[in-house]
Amino acid sequence: MLTLIGVPIVVLGFLLRFNPLLVVTVAAVATGLAGGMNPVAVVSAFGKAFNDSRYVSVVLLALPVIGLLERGGLQERARALIGRARGATAGRLLLLYFGLRQITAAVGLAAVGGHVQMIRPLIAPMSEAAAETRLGALSGPVRRLVRAHAAAADNIALFYGEDIFVAVASVLLIKGVLQQNGIEVQPLQISLWAIPTALAAFVVHGARLLRLDGRLQREANRP
Amino acid sequence: MIRLEAIYLLLGAVLAAMAVLGALDHSNPRRFAAATFWGLLAVSFLFGSRLTDLASGVLVLAMVAIAGFGGLGRGAAHTTSPAERAQSAARLGDRLFLPALVIPAVTLLGALVLKSATIAGQPLIESRQATLVSLGLGAVAAVALAGALLRPPPLAPLQEGRRLLDQIGWAAVLPQMLAALGAVFALAGVGQAVSSLIGHVIPLDNRLAVVCAYTLGMAAFTMIMGNAFAAFPVMTAGIGLPLIVHRFGGDPAIMAAIGMLSGFCGTLMTPMAANFNIVPAALLELPDRYAVIKAQIPTALILLTVNTALMALLVFHAR
Repeated sequence: MLTLIGVPIVVLGFLLRFNPLLVVTVAAVATGLAGGMNPVAVVSAFGKAFNDSRYVSVVLLALPVIGLLERGGLQERARALIGRARGATAGRLLLLYFGLRQITAAVGLAAVGGHVQMIRPLIAPMSEAAAETRLGALSGPVRRLVRAHAAAADNIALFYGEDIFVAVASVLLIKGVLQQNGIEVQPLQISLWAIPTALAAFVVHGARLLRLDGRLQREANRP
Repeated sequence: MIRLEAIYLLLGAVLAAMAVLGALDHSNPRRFAAATFWGLLAVSFLFGSRLTDLASGVLVLAMVAIAGFGGLGRGAAHTTSPAERAQSAARLGDRLFLPALVIPAVTLLGALVLKSATIAGQPLIESRQATLVSLGLGAVAAVALAGALLRPPPLAPLQEGRRLLDQIGWAAVLPQMLAALGAVFALAGVGQAVSSLIGHVIPLDNRLAVVCAYTLGMAAFTMIMGNAFAAFPVMTAGIGLPLIVHRFGGDPAIMAAIGMLSGFCGTLMTPMAANFNIVPAALLELPDRYAVIKAQIPTALILLTVNTALMALLVFHAR
């Protein structure tokens, strides 16, 4: 049971808002030592896994071009484009992006989209501009709410779209785990049963996005 | 053949150049701390495949010490003024979107076409890593196109990239740190400890209780591990297969599919899934690092309820 010591360390550390890098390191060292590993083995295991997961950081390579385009006025242009579109609201725009992201992920194109490539340069400024055409200049809290929802729409659409694609990592993991336990299932069976939840995600989050416009209005009217 | 290793070397070189520019940035009071932090990350990308595990571990500990005690600081941005941007946007118009669309276009091309392309019998890119390699190639093509379009000063791509990297700050390495924590958890046997704990707590003779234990357990354990992939094997071997499938005759495909999606509800609610929840908050300059999670929690909780209901309705009746 002592090996679970890392869990309360992480929970408390995040709740009390210590630097997450410190929290994670302390939790890893405590867990490793409690699990009977020696300090050198813990640091080695930590280093190896850090190295093996470098692939998550490849997206940082997109930062120079995004920064360069921002320098050239990309966000301003994205805002201007939306400012001209009648009937555009932050909620409707995010709903459109949500639907497209879910569909592209469902056909295996999960790499189209993402926070660095789409949300920061295009979707967040467009949503802000759509809110501005209706509400005028946005206060800090309203602007931040729009941005947080832009990031959230990308995540939720991705998670509840990609599992419909048969060759995605999670479907293959499911097949592998069941196989190890002597149960054969086809990837297609697994992806089919992801569809009900995907539809529910569209309905639930879509409704929330359409209500977001009303919420922004109320936040903006707040003295 | 272009391997993922080549993309790592490229990212390492970019980070190293940014670290040098950071060290020269007198507007950042902690410029040497920041430069050392990014320099160490550059070393990890340039030489990581040749470092021993212990050396990598020590390198990570040094980065944590710098970020955790004193922080990285931030300099003034080397970029254009709002007026210059408006002028440039008016001049270039919709052409500005082209380089931004190059990254998804090349990534798409890579995943669909380049993956199996060959030149003189040699595969063009490492096909197992097609998406990541094409993402890297797309970023290079996009910088080239943006450079031709904007004609910025030569160092601008690095300075502008550094501006965004500084905004993300230490959160940029949090996803890798959490993956490392997950590995230590696995080695120390955290999964077994959790599943034996759950085995003691839930009543075994009620279908609905067992379904709830599985879906809620997937979400909760995913929140702890930051990754549904780490939770799935543990929960499925601990609750799903012995109880839902073997004891009550549930359908394994339905159970596993909806179980994984219940785990994703947990992913939406945890700071441990840093690349989805914490990095975007930093990238969008949100002062509350949990702002994205807060926007996601209502949807996640409703979908967790939906998943539990779907599984309770479907898993025992499909056959």
